Amino acid sequence: MGDEDVVLLDFWPSPFGMRVRIALAEKEIKYEYKEEDLRNKSDLLLKMNPIHKKIPVLIHNGKPVCESLIQVQYIDDIWPHKSPLLPTDPYQRAIAKFWGDFVDKKIYDLGRKVWTTKGEEQEAAKKEFIECLKLLEGELGNKAYFGGENLGYVDVVLVPFYSWFYAYEKCGNFSIETECPKLIAWAKRCMEKDSVSKSLPDQDKIYDFVLHLKKVFGIE
Amino acid sequence: MAESNVMVLGTWASPFVLRVKIALHLKSVNYENHEENLPESKSDLLLKSNPVYKKVPVLIHGHNPICESLIIVEYIDEVWTTSASSILPSDAYERAQSRFWAAYVEDKFFPALRRLLIGATEEDKKAALAEVVEGTVVLEGAFGELSKGKAFFGGDNIGFVDIALGSLLGWIEVIGKQCETKLVSEAKTPRLVQWADCFSAHEAVKDVLPEVDKLADFGLKLRAKILKALAPTN
Repeated sequence: MGDEDVVLLDFWPSPFGMRVRIALAEKEIKYEYKEEDLRNKSDLLLKMNPIHKKIPVLIHNGKPVCESLIQVQYIDDIWPHKSPLLPTDPYQRAIAKFWGDFVDKKIYDLGRKVWTTKGEEQEAAKKEFIECLKLLEGELGNKAYFGGENLGYVDVVLVPFYSWFYAYEKCGNFSIETECPKLIAWAKRCMEKDSVSKSLPDQDKIYDFVLHLKKVFGIE
Repeated sequence: MAESNVMVLGTWASPFVLRVKIALHLKSVNYENHEENLPESKSDLLLKSNPVYKKVPVLIHGHNPICESLIIVEYIDEVWTTSASSILPSDAYERAQSRFWAAYVEDKFFPALRRLLIGATEEDKKAALAEVVEGTVVLEGAFGELSKGKAFFGGDNIGFVDIALGSLLGWIEVIGKQCETKLVSEAKTPRLVQWADCFSAHEAVKDVLPEVDKLADFGLKLRAKILKALAPTN
């Protein structure tokens, strides 16, 4: 294969960006990482994602692909031979997409509520957050990964949130491991892979970032 | 060949269910239609097939339930490949573009449309209307990009984005009438107006579209129900 021109516009704490980093790493694709300042978005970002103006943006041979789930599927389509992320069977693919979509619908917003709210609202968010993680534990079952014996689509979609767990726990005053030990075991298993550990920032750094955001937004 | 092991759990008014039926019709797949009596009651089959969301549509193929309308449409496209046209493009980049615009309809356009339907105050409705109209203009642009001069977002044939957006046309008409505005207007979105006619007249679509009058009636009742549920209790 000739030299592929791959650029990723990203923001280091973004779990959505982390998904793309992991997928590219799994496929061993070299790319240029460009850090965006979200308070001062680059002309390139605004040009490549005019509709949403958000990161991550994957630019492949000059053409933009937006939205992290779509990017992960695109990466899997373009480089199918190394570390396939989605199964080949249509029903298994539908199941994987269902759970990827579930993570997208639930985890980010609930996690955000956990660190931005207090009192009853926070308790409700924590409860629902844990319920969602338990559902995911059920889907994982006895498999090493959601993808079976290897990292798959759902693993890539979910594991970035692991880097935010410490921040959620500190802000919410609860232990995710106590409630969902299987999921934490799974996350640690994923972190043994370079493609994951090199794509996720340190949990302490994320917690510092959250504390900074709380200050900036005047959240207690 | 007739499929006797395909079932759709749905409701006649749901645009999401409509997506599934259109996709099945496009592929000439016979299916058993199971009408749920939502929200009054949910069948055991629905609760068993979609325990996570307990919503329609659900496609049951053999013993396998598939949930979430756009995921179901992709599944249908991947399983029934003998049909002349595929719903998603074969090129990976074009596929990503189709998914992007379907996601736009799902995550941005539909919620604005819904807010317009259930908007409680004049202010809410005004804001929602502005969002919906802006959305149609954005989609007009997308149509120009994706259709490449042909009749559908998918080109010569109905594709993924056509199904995602086209399934909303009945509701777009109903909600527009309610607001006394044409949401897809000749002035702002001439290509979409033409596309809407082509889509609605298509072989695979025209027989599954719900009647607009029935939908309008249903819409009024739905709006009343939702507003009642949201109203603060005295």
